[in-house]
Amino acid sequence: MPRGNDKEYSVQQMIIEKRLKKKNHFNFEKLIPGLLLLTAVLSVLTTIGIVFTLIFETFIFFDRVSIIEFLTNKKWYPFSATNASFGIMPLVVGTLKITGIAAIVAVPIGLATAIYLSEYASEKARRVIKPILEVLAGIPTIVYGFFALTFVTPILKQMIPSLETFNALSPGIVVGIMITPMVASLSEDAMSSVPRSIREGAFALGATKLETTIKVILPAAVSGITASVVLALSRAIGETMIVSVAGGSTPNASFDVTSSIQTMTAYIVQVSTGDAGYQTTIYYSIYAVGMTLFLFTLFMNLFAQFITRKFKEEY
Amino acid sequence: MSKLVDKEIVAKKMPSRIIRNQIFKGLFFLSTLFGLLVLGVLFYRIITQGIGYIDLDFFQNFASRRPENAGIKAAFIGTIWLMVVVAPVSLILGVGTAIYLEEYAKKNKFTSFIKLNISNLAGVPSIVFGLLGLTIFVRAMALERSVLAAGLTMSLLVLPVIIVASQEAIRSVPKELREASFAMGATKWQTVLKVVLPASIPGILTGGILALSRAIGETAPLIVIGIPMFVAFLPKTIMDTFTVLPMQIYNWTSRPQAEFQDLAAAGILVMLVLLIVMNSIAVFIRNHFQKRY
Repeated sequence: MPRGNDKEYSVQQMIIEKRLKKKNHFNFEKLIPGLLLLTAVLSVLTTIGIVFTLIFETFIFFDRVSIIEFLTNKKWYPFSATNASFGIMPLVVGTLKITGIAAIVAVPIGLATAIYLSEYASEKARRVIKPILEVLAGIPTIVYGFFALTFVTPILKQMIPSLETFNALSPGIVVGIMITPMVASLSEDAMSSVPRSIREGAFALGATKLETTIKVILPAAVSGITASVVLALSRAIGETMIVSVAGGSTPNASFDVTSSIQTMTAYIVQVSTGDAGYQTTIYYSIYAVGMTLFLFTLFMNLFAQFITRKFKEEY
Repeated sequence: MSKLVDKEIVAKKMPSRIIRNQIFKGLFFLSTLFGLLVLGVLFYRIITQGIGYIDLDFFQNFASRRPENAGIKAAFIGTIWLMVVVAPVSLILGVGTAIYLEEYAKKNKFTSFIKLNISNLAGVPSIVFGLLGLTIFVRAMALERSVLAAGLTMSLLVLPVIIVASQEAIRSVPKELREASFAMGATKWQTVLKVVLPASIPGILTGGILALSRAIGETAPLIVIGIPMFVAFLPKTIMDTFTVLPMQIYNWTSRPQAEFQDLAAAGILVMLVLLIVMNSIAVFIRNHFQKRY
């Protein structure tokens, strides 16, 4: 047997060695699934960690501020020394304003893009456009925030003179641009998975491409499209940097989009960059706000999963 | 009356139906162009605004109150430090999970629970990961505002991306390859290590690079765990505090002076070039090394 060293091996020694090796091997082989399971369990532990962290710190917060005030008070003045009030409503309204504007931008443009890519575009055009949309989806959100503040806001200001420097409109539009690729690519997946034969059926009846798309493809792909919109809006709710940079820090519950606002995420950023001490009420308030945010996105994600599973069309 | 199709009506309606189809085709195309247009404007703006500030000094100087002296040395090196923690931690955990789910896990409730959990984890806002990091890593484990605390937080954040990419890569390795390995007398782990993993490495690497580029651009969780924005030194160990590119950009963006906005554009330019290089490597790996079975 060719061996790298000049040690003499007796056959018996080799057998013993081999047996030993086999024994070690056996143990190792048994150990591996356990180790791998451990890594898999870590992702579960992360979720448990998130939930427990949020619940634990939120409870401390509710010890100091009643949950009823948190849910029903219409004012969010956490930094007021004499008259602090913690009503989540203005932050939720701010978040929903951004999400609403984002939806108005992203749903039509995203859907139209998906229809174009899935039904009209040539294979060549698709191969060029899809990677570019992926680039758009991969741009860090801080870059979008910079874009909103230094490009979109000045343009909007020329059109709406009463627009404040920090407002809901500009970050809302930019968040919409950010989630458009997500709507487009997930909806396109849903539409592309509608089988060719169904399209051919509609064409054979004399329908134009538009009629086929609107009356056949869209209804067939509606569950995937709905899920894509819900997931994208859940992303918009959790979006942080664009709203922190361009949205301002004035929590208010009005539905005016031209004035400064604050979202749930932007409040957490404001506290984190400020000098609120550890274990103050303000410190714990970011966990209560984080908890609210987490619940919003969790329900939307579960809803999206429910739609895909429940209304999945099998062909 | 007995006619199934009235040719006259069809002929009369046909032109308007075709025109409507053409109009909507144009609208759909314009919508598609909108995304590309935004991307073009964004790059144009950032390049014209930031290119003037990019020189050797920009990379060699620390952050400064005077814009003409300010640079991204601390942020750039800090980003590399962060990657040094995130890359191994997230790859080991992510690939391990993927191997477990694809090769070892039995089809039971627990496995589907893990899968459901991963897809939900992918939808948790990044800022919530920051709250987790703040409580667990910064406070409970007393890692303070270190590279390690930030790296572990980021690793958990990008974990779902790596898991899903690795799962897909492992799944695309055909069954015959495994069977052949078993037939040669290889054990399960030997098969995974020497047959399945080598065959799925391109897919895993592509996913890993995309996950890392996500970690490079994330700002929110680092703000929450309290990573400083104004740092004029380099970390010596992973227990030291530091800053990263997006934090530095955020800091410059939120200052009112125009010079700092230009600096922010320059910082963004550096970050985008870094991301484009990484993504190109990912695409290159995907196109040149990925086998189709």
